[in-house]
Amino acid sequence: MSFLLSCPNCGPRDVNEFAYAGEVTTRPAGTPRLRDLTEYVYFRRNVRGVQREWWYHRFGCELWFLAERDTATNEVVRVELPGA
Amino acid sequence: MRLPPQPGERIDRSRGLTFSFHGRPVPAFAGDTIGSALFASGRRVFSRSFKYHRPRGLLCCSGGCANCMMTVDGTPNVRVCVEPARDGAVVEAQNVIGSLEHDLMSVVDHLGRPFTPVGFYYRTMIRPRRLWPYYERFLRNVAGLGRIDKHGRRTVRTDTEHRRVECLVIGGGISGMRAAADAAARGERVLLVDEGPPRAAPEGFELLAPARAIGIYEGGLVPVDAGSVLYRVRAGRIVVATGALEQPLVFPGNDLVGVMLPDGARRLIRDFAVKPGERAVVVVADDRALETVGYLRSAGVEVAALVDLRERPLEEIRAVGRQGRVRSVQLDDSSFDCDLLVAAGAPQPAYSLLAQAGGAIAYDPAKGSFVPTALPLGTEATGRAGGELGSVAVPRASYDRGGGEKAFVCLCEDVAEKDLKRAHAEGFDSLELAKRYTTVTMGPCQGRLCHLASVRLCAREEGTDEKAIGTTTARPPWAPVKLGLLAGRDQETAKLTAIHHRHEEAGAQMMWTGAWRRPYSYGDAPAEAANVHEAVGVIDVSTLGKLLVLGADATVFLERLYPNRFGDLKVGRVRYGVLSNDAGRIIDDGTIARLGEDRFYVTTTSTGSEGVFEWFEWWNAVWKLDVEIVNLTGALAAVNVAGPQARELLGRLTAIDVSREAFAYLDAQQADVAAVPCLILRIGFVGELGYELHFPSLHGEYLWDTLLERGADLGVKPFGLEAQRILRLEKQHIIVGQDTDSESDLLAANMPWLVKFEKDDFVGKWALEHRRDQGNREQLVGFEMANGAVPPEGAQVVRGGRPAGRVTSSRWSARLNKAVGLAWLPPELAQEDAEFEIRVGGQLERARVRLRPFFDPEGERLRA
Repeated sequence: MSFLLSCPNCGPRDVNEFAYAGEVTTRPAGTPRLRDLTEYVYFRRNVRGVQREWWYHRFGCELWFLAERDTATNEVVRVELPGA
Repeated sequence: MRLPPQPGERIDRSRGLTFSFHGRPVPAFAGDTIGSALFASGRRVFSRSFKYHRPRGLLCCSGGCANCMMTVDGTPNVRVCVEPARDGAVVEAQNVIGSLEHDLMSVVDHLGRPFTPVGFYYRTMIRPRRLWPYYERFLRNVAGLGRIDKHGRRTVRTDTEHRRVECLVIGGGISGMRAAADAAARGERVLLVDEGPPRAAPEGFELLAPARAIGIYEGGLVPVDAGSVLYRVRAGRIVVATGALEQPLVFPGNDLVGVMLPDGARRLIRDFAVKPGERAVVVVADDRALETVGYLRSAGVEVAALVDLRERPLEEIRAVGRQGRVRSVQLDDSSFDCDLLVAAGAPQPAYSLLAQAGGAIAYDPAKGSFVPTALPLGTEATGRAGGELGSVAVPRASYDRGGGEKAFVCLCEDVAEKDLKRAHAEGFDSLELAKRYTTVTMGPCQGRLCHLASVRLCAREEGTDEKAIGTTTARPPWAPVKLGLLAGRDQETAKLTAIHHRHEEAGAQMMWTGAWRRPYSYGDAPAEAANVHEAVGVIDVSTLGKLLVLGADATVFLERLYPNRFGDLKVGRVRYGVLSNDAGRIIDDGTIARLGEDRFYVTTTSTGSEGVFEWFEWWNAVWKLDVEIVNLTGALAAVNVAGPQARELLGRLTAIDVSREAFAYLDAQQADVAAVPCLILRIGFVGELGYELHFPSLHGEYLWDTLLERGADLGVKPFGLEAQRILRLEKQHIIVGQDTDSESDLLAANMPWLVKFEKDDFVGKWALEHRRDQGNREQLVGFEMANGAVPPEGAQVVRGGRPAGRVTSSRWSARLNKAVGLAWLPPELAQEDAEFEIRVGGQLERARVRLRPFFDPEGERLRA
């Protein structure tokens, strides 16, 4: 991968400064059935297109944030703080 | 011998310098290249060819071909025609036995056919099979380029820098300079990179030279090789102004010394005031090459014949040589004596960067070359790179009419026209196949001077045109790049603790643990372990991860992260904790000390500190609790003081009451030790009475020294990781990552008391519930050996002749006088006293399960 990613805190930076932590998942609210637990722990949608995902500015301000990125083109549609 | 001063020459005649070629001094001027100085001193043969060891001389003089590759100051494959001459440089020819003039390996050229037919490595020297190692040794000696010094050490420091510009122009010719000036005039931030010699930057934009763009990657990323720095340039707009490459013609004797491309001859005269020959024959196909005639004449070179292929298409060209040098040239029916043949066909736009980036390239029959037809997003092509070639003649695929020497297509790899013909006759009719079979275009020039010629020949053999043949795939790097440059700065950056130099002074044997350098031992690990049991030892544990967790929700946060409880942990107390993920697997362990109602001090493993910090930060981002996490790993040093005399030693250095009653096992206190503010945790990984001191790194060496000085009469000695591993194994304390892997969970790792299922929720709870209901598939238990053999870590556990588990840790314990360890076993075997066998060096050795710590099972010494 080779593109620029905008950290909500630091602005556009080389993607190598960041750690990618996968698509956003939702932790089950109550005790899940085994199948739901397995889905949550092991399964990902792995879309071709725009997905919401976690990024961490490891070699920067150490901020966790969310990005919407097109997995086919690496175009980053938006970045935001969690819960913003 | 130099010409009188030439207008715009690059050499500075007032500054002389000297380098050596095979031990003999060669004079040069500042501004010379090694190649121009060698040529001026009379040298004509610069290398021996790859396969046939034929003599080769300067051809392109622009760093494109492989004809002038030499070893400079130990660096092989340096193109000396563009390598600046340096005072004291040591230059040597490569790929020769003997000298360039008399290379013993040139017999290969005369033996010819039976030895080196096209694709010979696929079909000769194959049988008998057992002789291959000898063949291979022979081939490796004969073929190839320079040698690298396997024992050499890095002498040049390389670095990577990131740059961002609005417009990057690649190539500093007329079009490139114009494009850069235009962009600068529009107010853009412009960087121009050029392969040529260093020159003054013009007004308005930045110029980087000599520097080569080696590829165009996603997102407008262009790595630029500037010698010792790799610039990762990211540009909003990339202008490719790489010009065009002169293409050699294919004719017998086209590799003789004295055959030159027009630009090469022009450079020698114009830049270095060197006369390329006495009497020349010139064959050109465009105006630019035609201009060379003017340079030749002004330099006093007699032009014996001049053919412009646009006016007079030739049928035959044949260079005749003696001892590898051009003596005469046959043009159709006329023959001319000469020592210089300047010849080239229509130039080929240097499109490779565009093609790599995804641009479309197609053959243009009118231009006689491949030109870009669709540009990748964000790139532009200008000047000759874009196909503005002016009027050109399209040359024949070959000017060979029979007789004479080999007609080479690819000089780098010594592939002749007949080789391509034969490959086609054998069925390698696609260009990609012919390329792999003959290795045409696969040499150091990477097709710059031979791709177009090989396409033409393929088209002729196939009875079609160049368009139908097409191009081969262009891949980065576009110019050769040293691996050292890509590796960037020295990768062996080690993290050193604040006490590191004391360990080195003490003669410690150091080892890697993650990115850290830590003492393995100070010379005698068993003695170090014994000293902890009998007196007192100190170990540097500064590498532990150290996090401060603060805030109103700090308790809630830790309760959710750890499977055990922290809400009921009293201020001033310490508790062990193991982190799991939601799959229920162990990810790290450490101690948690409560410093206040909403203030916890968390330690992690040495290698896990960054990961745990990120893990905490991530959950904090998800849960959005009122929590702050501060990473103190580097800010604090830590020393563990352990052994029966630890209390006496600590008592001498602090004012607080260190008695058993006042400072109990698993207490945490903040106090000065030798006037250094410390957090003191009474914990015992090594199984003896122990205190772990955490304090500002600044005081690392001071406190270490003080502990050793003030405890000298108590027998205090430092101990290393090996002693620590013996000691902890006697207590069956696990090391995460050593005794556990990505499949291990707390229940199977025999620590069910750490899992509080009655808690509402914690990370990993649901998975652990399922694990509990399903039962363990295997279990981590201690074992002792029946006869003292120490199994290697990873050894196989065998039961009834079948593999049943594995050993994760094992050591000889002098204290216990037996070999002990930890192993994963099937649950039915994980019972006290159960017997099994371990494979040790081909033998099966008996072992017995021990579920409780081998040493001090009741923890009396720990709590003393």
